[in-house]
Amino acid sequence: MTLTPVLTKRFGTDQPWKIENYERLDGYAGLRKAFTMEPDELITLVKESNLRGRGGAGFPTGMKWSFIPQNDSKPHYVVVNGDEGEPGTCRDLPLMMNDPHSLVEGVIIACYAVRANKAFIYIRGEAVHAIRRVTAAVEHARAKGYLGHNILGTGFKCDIVVHAGAGAYECGEETALLDSLEGRRGQPRLKPPFPATNGLYDAPTVVNNVGSLASVPYIVLGGSDWFKEMGPERSPGPNIYSLSGRIKNPGQYEAPMGTTLRELLDLAGGMSRGKDVKFWTPGGSSTPLFTVEHLDTPLDFDSAVKAGSMNGTSAMMIFDEDDCVVRAAKKWSEFYEHESCGKCTPCREGTYWYVGIYERLEAGHGTLEDLDTLLDLGDNILGRSFCALGDGAVSPVTSSIKFFRDEYLAHINGKGCPFSPQGVALAGAH
Amino acid sequence: MTNFRTSVINLERPGDPSVFDEKTRTEAAAIIARYPEGQERSALLPMLHLVQSVQGHVTPDGIAFCAEAIGITKAQVAAVVTFYTMYKRTPTGEYLVSVCRNTLCGMLGGDEIYDALSEDLGVGHNQTTADGKVTLEHAECLAACDYAPVVTVNYEFFDNQSVGSARALMSELRDGTRPLPTRGAPLCSFREIERQLAGFFDEDAYAQEANGTGIPSEVGVKLALEKGWTAPSYSLKPNGGASA
Repeated sequence: MTLTPVLTKRFGTDQPWKIENYERLDGYAGLRKAFTMEPDELITLVKESNLRGRGGAGFPTGMKWSFIPQNDSKPHYVVVNGDEGEPGTCRDLPLMMNDPHSLVEGVIIACYAVRANKAFIYIRGEAVHAIRRVTAAVEHARAKGYLGHNILGTGFKCDIVVHAGAGAYECGEETALLDSLEGRRGQPRLKPPFPATNGLYDAPTVVNNVGSLASVPYIVLGGSDWFKEMGPERSPGPNIYSLSGRIKNPGQYEAPMGTTLRELLDLAGGMSRGKDVKFWTPGGSSTPLFTVEHLDTPLDFDSAVKAGSMNGTSAMMIFDEDDCVVRAAKKWSEFYEHESCGKCTPCREGTYWYVGIYERLEAGHGTLEDLDTLLDLGDNILGRSFCALGDGAVSPVTSSIKFFRDEYLAHINGKGCPFSPQGVALAGAH
Repeated sequence: MTNFRTSVINLERPGDPSVFDEKTRTEAAAIIARYPEGQERSALLPMLHLVQSVQGHVTPDGIAFCAEAIGITKAQVAAVVTFYTMYKRTPTGEYLVSVCRNTLCGMLGGDEIYDALSEDLGVGHNQTTADGKVTLEHAECLAACDYAPVVTVNYEFFDNQSVGSARALMSELRDGTRPLPTRGAPLCSFREIERQLAGFFDEDAYAQEANGTGIPSEVGVKLALEKGWTAPSYSLKPNGGASA
């Protein structure tokens, strides 16, 4: 197994965020090639590449594009989801900071393919450094004729607006993002209709993640077969795995889809405290936990589901034997409680109940009944809200109980947490 | 503390949009002009960042100003303000210090960092020191888990923090020095950063020379270089054309 840097290939080169440096390293070559093709050919190309959305859901990007009605009278929009905030996920921000033009190039190609003349890049407000870099990239691209009224003399017109969010995880959900972009509270819409027909301003809209769009110029240059040389046929491509936690060398590792944690851990120098892996997320906190049993599970969209979790955003938070899984689940629950937008009762109330129960468990006042209530709450949240935030909140809770029931019992029977706050097992625990 | 929702729609003090000067009005119009005709409301989020850049938080005046500029009600603006965490409802210090206490950062030391700073500064979540320098908050995941634990100052990253380094950072900020962030542009004030969030980048604000990267961002690509690993290649033809 080897690394296959594509999206990250310019990282570490001389100031790759500057347009002249980007151009020197194949920059905007994909766009020039795209303009030699018909828009429909591009949609077919991306479809055939089997590129699946890097935002977490893994929906085929080309299929999303093909749903945009053509020859209608409405304007079309491309909206970029740069609201990266899923706990553990940290690959879009480095991409936008290091290589913002690859995103801009992908956006222009997407606009040309779906016949849109306006795109919005929605970036979470706290990521002001990424907003700065992408805004500069858009301005510099415009100055060089990659954006504007007559791009590279083709007659195609396109412009991009960079839009800062204001702090709400929920806006990473595509319809909540659209509401937020329309100047409203970021709450999800009822689907259908889907954004492809009724999106931004009720017009046909493609909403794609940063990494999905940044992959497009390479697919245009390399072709769909080249893309499928990496990873499994149905879930292919180079994929940025973000490793964090109790490991020696955390960071971004771009490898073919379907790489395992064992392989990645080896590249990342192994564990940092000399302790074994205890639990980890394959794709952010909303994906059910994996354990040391899952080190050899191929991490692509289909294999991760088969093994009982999801590939999500390939954000692997790795914890070792001295970390308390109840404390981790408590902190994730606090996150979901804070970020629940409040629209749907099961999610709003359920996450609130989660937090109350976890506070009791950690403080040593938990009961066996609490454990049943946690599981019962999960049954009542899962699949019962407009969007996937509630489903995500259930993942760490039910999966941690499934794999570490004894640790919950230790909290209840031992009247408190058997670990120190620094994450070291106290004497007598286990 | 008064309920924010009732205080912003206060009948006795309804908010006075005229406290914003001509320059701010021109900038508000420029924000609206970014969006398609008839979609003025899209300007609301950046416009609220703009009013924070003038007043340091969202006041009844700011709400009235946005409502008037966009042509929606103050209640509609207030509903948006209360939804998003970056809109501050009380005066914010020169530096907004955010400590990530989400699971990964928290368990790798973020919880201890937050507790230490809170004790040292004598303030809790969303409170400001008496000298008006620092507003402290605990943040949710800041998308920098590979640099954990992280602290941001006016949203610029200080990576791989410890209790000691975070304490030293606070001393420098309160002494009036502005240490260079690990990644991101040199520090400016909270109001100045809010201006950037509204989409206004004055001269040099793009900070193209500022460091945008660090070891974790590059660790994979450097390892690949060292081992001679590459992705399958594709050939580029001259004149920008290319083929597989």
